[in-house]
Amino acid sequence: MAATVRIPTVLRPAMGGLTTVTVEGSTIGAVLTELTTTYPAIEGQLLNQDGTLHRFLNVYVNDDDVRYIGGVNAPVGEDDEITLLPAVAGGVA
Amino acid sequence: MLTLTPAIRNAMVATCIRALPNEGCGLLIGRVDGDDATATEIVPSPNVAASARVYEIDSRVLLRAFRRVDDEGSAVLGVFHSHTHSEAYPSPTDVRQAPDPAWHYILVSLRDIPAVVRSFRIKDDTVTSEDIYIEE
Ligand SMILES: [Zn+2]
Repeated sequence: MAATVRIPTVLRPAMGGLTTVTVEGSTIGAVLTELTTTYPAIEGQLLNQDGTLHRFLNVYVNDDDVRYIGGVNAPVGEDDEITLLPAVAGGVA
Repeated sequence: MLTLTPAIRNAMVATCIRALPNEGCGLLIGRVDGDDATATEIVPSPNVAASARVYEIDSRVLLRAFRRVDDEGSAVLGVFHSHTHSEAYPSPTDVRQAPDPAWHYILVSLRDIPAVVRSFRIKDDTVTSEDIYIEE
């Protein structure tokens, strides 16, 4: 399985400036692990040490936020487009 | 410098007032010219944190905005959010969580009347104030 991953501008410097990459993997967890292996400079920005999704990363399979379709276990198919975007959040504290 | 129209400034304040008692938020879309940007539109978002002390842009609003600017050749310039009881200045959490050093960060303070709108750049955890030019 190879899916296309769209890379947000903030991660591009650590990934040779690429805007999209093709990654093997049948789940979101597998795809993000593979990305981190290929581009070690982004380690810690996609997944937490325990393999869960980083709090400040939004990951989509096509139009779906993976938080609502199984998180790191969300299935990824051959023609799926995965989009990574930084979460946009803040707080007073 | 960030250039806005009065309508865009008013729409940001209105979005934040509608969100009360919670923080309000949304994205700015427009054109980028080096360090300067001109906003042509705002995209209001629900505050999915639904809190008076925290904001988070709805992830679906975010995806739709990025898809649209790709199609149009415009850009997501930054984000605005309100502080309901504090000044229009990024909090330490706002700074730590700032998603993109290229963005413009607009703070709307509703502490006083009239609302105060200011813009900032946040790079490497350093906050710099920038001028807002209101283009009539
Ligand atoms: Zn804030």
